[in-house]
Amino acid sequence: MQQIINFLIRYKIFLLYLFLLLISLIFTFQSHSYHQSRFLNSANYFSGNIYEFFDNTTSYFGLKEENRKLLRENQRLRYQLYNKNTDTIQPLDSLENNYLVVRGRVIKNSYSDQRNYITINKGKTDSVEQDMGVITSKGILGIVENTSNGFSTVQSILNEKSNINAKIKNSNHFGSLIWNTEDYNTVQLVDIPRLVELTIGDTIVTGAMSSIFPENVPIGTIKKFDLDTSRSFYYIDVDLFNDMTNIESVYIIKNLNREEIIELQEETEINDQ
Amino acid sequence: MINNTFFINLIRFVLLILVQILVFNRLNFFGFINPMVYVLFLYWYPIKKNRTNFILICFLLGLLIDIFSDTLAINTAATVSIAYLRPSIMRFVFGVNYEFQSFKLNSSTRAQQFTFLALLIVIHHVIYFTLEIFSFANILLIIQKSITIGVSSIILCLLLSSLFSTKKE
Repeated sequence: MQQIINFLIRYKIFLLYLFLLLISLIFTFQSHSYHQSRFLNSANYFSGNIYEFFDNTTSYFGLKEENRKLLRENQRLRYQLYNKNTDTIQPLDSLENNYLVVRGRVIKNSYSDQRNYITINKGKTDSVEQDMGVITSKGILGIVENTSNGFSTVQSILNEKSNINAKIKNSNHFGSLIWNTEDYNTVQLVDIPRLVELTIGDTIVTGAMSSIFPENVPIGTIKKFDLDTSRSFYYIDVDLFNDMTNIESVYIIKNLNREEIIELQEETEINDQ
Repeated sequence: MINNTFFINLIRFVLLILVQILVFNRLNFFGFINPMVYVLFLYWYPIKKNRTNFILICFLLGLLIDIFSDTLAINTAATVSIAYLRPSIMRFVFGVNYEFQSFKLNSSTRAQQFTFLALLIVIHHVIYFTLEIFSFANILLIIQKSITIGVSSIILCLLLSSLFSTKKE
């Protein structure tokens, strides 16, 4: 007994170090697999407020550019609205719509790591939940991962864990959108079959398979394509529409049918077995 | 006197975290270089202090940086490791001198100070990027990132430490 206590006293610093290292490694590896750590993220009251306070000051410098962006988007939407053939009015009752849209602002952006997360200033009180899609006026941005009362973290498309259903515009050939962590302006589209005809400059949009994003949200254009190692699928470099280094206003989209879709899919899977 | 060093360290702690998350994490020089200057806390921390407290404080420092920058707990692991290794590094750099009561960081030579800082940063960055990338297939990327970001961290830490250094008598 004496010896054990002596041992503990002599190596107490080493043991403390091992203990703390173990804690940090557990935090790291438990979330390597799928979701970001539930405790260690910047969507909490403390860090969220600090980021928001500083963003309130610095966002003034980008106001002009931001205004121009929003004006351009309004112009596009009005053009679509006035040239619409049918004159049906959207029902205001949310039960009859498929998607809800919440507006938000980016208070912390990152694009230089392997796993990039963006923090936005909308959270549970604004009915933002996990797995809602986040887009900007130009294209998709990511998926909500953790929420607190006032803030949320978004898993950016510039994240090696990101995997989003995407397709080539005006066709139904779909694949997965991933990121190879090399360039923050380029993401990769994989699993498009070889027989599809591709042209450089084709537009890539989100696919209908995703229960997170609406169909046809713009992503980017084809920059370069090549066959992958199996020689039967394309490996496509996609140039993003979004400038990922300069993002201010975002829209958070909730698919109201998502629960039903997931329930149905799970049921089908169970029946298959 | 004890209170004085305590407050100095507390202010350093808060300011280094704020500077790290609000300035240097957004630098993105060449698109990927974000120097990690909060390592300076370990460089400046008094030598003759309780080691247990020191490791716990560094754990907290790493954890706060991790929470703010959404990097899981990678910063924590790297910071705790260099906090544990700091006495060994100091013995290696300053030799027997460091054991004396009267030893101060300011009384050592420039070269020694530089080696000490550089070793802290290099070890920190190697652990950090190994955990961040975590694949042996990408070992070249780990080395490349450790070197480029390490060099930029060393340069900025040297600039900051000379800016805020106490004058030699």
